[in-house]
Amino acid sequence: MKGYIKREDDFNQRRQHLANLTDEELKQRFWQLAEKAVDPLLELARTHTTPAVERSILLRMGFSSLEAKPLVQTAIDRGLIGKGVGHLVYRISKELNIPLRQAGLEMIDGKHWDTIEGIFKGGKK
Amino acid sequence: MKKVDINQKMDINDILSDLENYRPKRRGWTWRKPVENLKIGPHQYSDCSEPLKNSIGIPAAVQYFDNLDPQPVQTITTEIASGRFEDDIRRMRMAAWHGSDHIMVIRTAGQSHYDGLIEGSPQGIGGIPVTRKQVRAQRKALDFIEEEVGRPINYHSYVSGVAGPDIAVMFAEEGVNGAHQDPQYNVLYRNINMIRSFVDAAESKKVMAWADIAQIDGAHNANATARDAWKVMPELIVQHGINAIFSHKVGMKKENICLSTVPPSAAPVPATKYDLPYAVALRGFFDEYRMRAQQNTKYITSSSREATVTHVLNMMISKLTSADIQSTITPDEGRNVPWHMYNIEACDTAKQTLVGLDGLLDMVELKRDGFLPQQVRELQERAVLYLEELLEVGGYFQAVEMGFFVDSGMYPERNGDGIGRKMDSGIGAGTVFERDEDYMAPVTAHFGYNNVAQYDSAAVDNPSRLIDGCTFEKPEKIIFIDELDENDNVNNRLEEKEKYRNTNLIKPEVEWLADGTVQVELFLPTTKRTAEFAAIQFAKKMNLKDPEVIHLEVLHPSEGTRVQVKGKVEFDLDITTLDIPEEPEVLSDEELWEEMEKIPMKVVAATVGQDEHSVGLREVIDIKHGGIEKWGIEVEYLGTSCPIEKLVDAAIEVNADGILASTIISHDDIHYKNMKRIHEYCVEKGIRDKMIIACGGTQVTPEIAVQQGVDAGFGRGTKGVHVATFFVNKRKEMNNEN
Repeated sequence: MKGYIKREDDFNQRRQHLANLTDEELKQRFWQLAEKAVDPLLELARTHTTPAVERSILLRMGFSSLEAKPLVQTAIDRGLIGKGVGHLVYRISKELNIPLRQAGLEMIDGKHWDTIEGIFKGGKK
Repeated sequence: MKKVDINQKMDINDILSDLENYRPKRRGWTWRKPVENLKIGPHQYSDCSEPLKNSIGIPAAVQYFDNLDPQPVQTITTEIASGRFEDDIRRMRMAAWHGSDHIMVIRTAGQSHYDGLIEGSPQGIGGIPVTRKQVRAQRKALDFIEEEVGRPINYHSYVSGVAGPDIAVMFAEEGVNGAHQDPQYNVLYRNINMIRSFVDAAESKKVMAWADIAQIDGAHNANATARDAWKVMPELIVQHGINAIFSHKVGMKKENICLSTVPPSAAPVPATKYDLPYAVALRGFFDEYRMRAQQNTKYITSSSREATVTHVLNMMISKLTSADIQSTITPDEGRNVPWHMYNIEACDTAKQTLVGLDGLLDMVELKRDGFLPQQVRELQERAVLYLEELLEVGGYFQAVEMGFFVDSGMYPERNGDGIGRKMDSGIGAGTVFERDEDYMAPVTAHFGYNNVAQYDSAAVDNPSRLIDGCTFEKPEKIIFIDELDENDNVNNRLEEKEKYRNTNLIKPEVEWLADGTVQVELFLPTTKRTAEFAAIQFAKKMNLKDPEVIHLEVLHPSEGTRVQVKGKVEFDLDITTLDIPEEPEVLSDEELWEEMEKIPMKVVAATVGQDEHSVGLREVIDIKHGGIEKWGIEVEYLGTSCPIEKLVDAAIEVNADGILASTIISHDDIHYKNMKRIHEYCVEKGIRDKMIIACGGTQVTPEIAVQQGVDAGFGRGTKGVHVATFFVNKRKEMNNEN
């Protein structure tokens, strides 16, 4: 077996503290607990990102799926994903005063990454 | 694209042309519009919605009710999974005509592990690779189909796997209306890292909320996976709760959050004793959310009859509680072959059942004391206890690590056999990165921390302002990729099947156009094992290629077995070579009633000669069988083996308008001889010009009958309406002559 806990059905003992709740109170308790369970998950999502999240941002910025992938990968390799990959493209386009797509496409060709590292000082701020 | 003509097949090339510039007509989910006390003809419906412009009713509607086709209030889903989107489009059109307004496109096996979007139109297995091109083509087709039927159609697929946010964005851009999204599904059944799943899910859901996409969760899978499906009920409530509240807190409105709920059990267990309390318990906690009622698939077999009964029983639960979306599983899902005609059958089953149960809750109500509420309360308490322990052990991730989920015990009972996953393992582990303080994303519908203010404090509520609008505001920024694979794409597939697309050639099909697949049903008077192998031989001798037994049912251990076999025919048919007689013209019920009302008609009828076969004649006469009495024709029935003279004399005596004679026996052409005799005897009696003579029988050829001197002959397959139409038209013709 997988080594997970085994337990007889102890519902009748376990439920004692719920016995006196009205149906409405029980329902409220369910939702309070459910919220408590998801709050840390939401906080995690609020403060973190993933390759898929970053790709989805680049798609919205007008890059194709084929273009989004290498941009995200290079950002990860260079320790810059924490800035937001769309951010990197945006910043280069601003810095060099070139259109957003041009900035991204040139980055896919390997250009500008040293500039970006210079701007963001190679990682966490 | 030109307007769709009902009498024309959809032209796939037309759909594909100029696809790169196609924009969907609208965004977001559309519910049916309920009509209070809808009146159609003499009937009043309590739970129906706006009728369709074009549709095909259930078989009884077509045969008896002039295609009366009331539409239930529930959205009806059909699942389409051929693996070729160009074939799926034809199927969508047929499903829409049968009342489906939620087309769920299944993804190809393995797409959840593909890290990014798939592009082009490659063929899939058990579904299509969901790509921008395929989605756009299908949405475009549906934009036309919905105009044809006169009701918006919701297009649906999956936002799951390791590319959830990518897919969510593509769906939002392409006007997809519904999607499955539930990070728990990734974790438990696709072994995708749980941290990655939840971080991705927040982004996906935020995008879906922006696009007003209705969400369906994945909890029903626990039911299909659990050892004893009804024991997983407390956990199901918890899984629904986690995804529902997570989604809502991300920003999705509650009315777009649909619980995928399945009646957990099925006969032969006393299913309603489990399923009804569960349904009530769930709806009690989730009254602000929507219900997508799925059919139980845990206990499905290859018997499509049995699956249909389960479907109907499940819909009884839907009617007794509630359902906003009613799913239809292919009743042959247990065979794992996507037989489209069974999809259509399932749509009809849903429509038939929901309309048949119209107004149920106006007449019956659920009990408020005793077994039902006790069970409801117990299930709800078990679910609350589950969440309490989940929090006690440290939260959701810890609970998953400890194998809380899909345990076969009825919580708090635990059997130690749940599905456990580790926080640091699974696909995509180690790909979650903390956002820095200056993290920024200049797009709409991005979830979480976003330091836009560092560039423009005025853009904080509208980050895409930084880039002058993202694809959500400026769809012209979307980059459309046509094809990436020069071999595996729709153009090659269309070319391969060109011979059968909009030509005179046809071939039976099940999965793909012109695949030649047919099903043969046999009863073999032998044991199951023998029947299985014998059936294959029969199929081979019928020239079926690759025969395979798809269903077996023992009727008795030694007396016999029912077998269904599928196989392929290797020939096609040129429909221009068919000799198809013109369809007999028939008058409508109203026209016939009106004619009889104006001038009543009387007919004498009998089987003539030495003939005792009266079944056919009775069918043509009896009101019960749609016979000529139905429209008020008075029939004097003289019985069987009636002599010709007696028949004609009776007609003269009662002053009948016509004679209806039936004759089955045909050796020595006795049937035609009798017809000739009727005609001659009428001439002898001097009434031939006033008497309409119609003769029928299974061996009668109409043209030969008329050569005998009678006015009409009716062969096999004749219905009362054909005879009544003839009598009315003939009478008019005679009156005009006079």
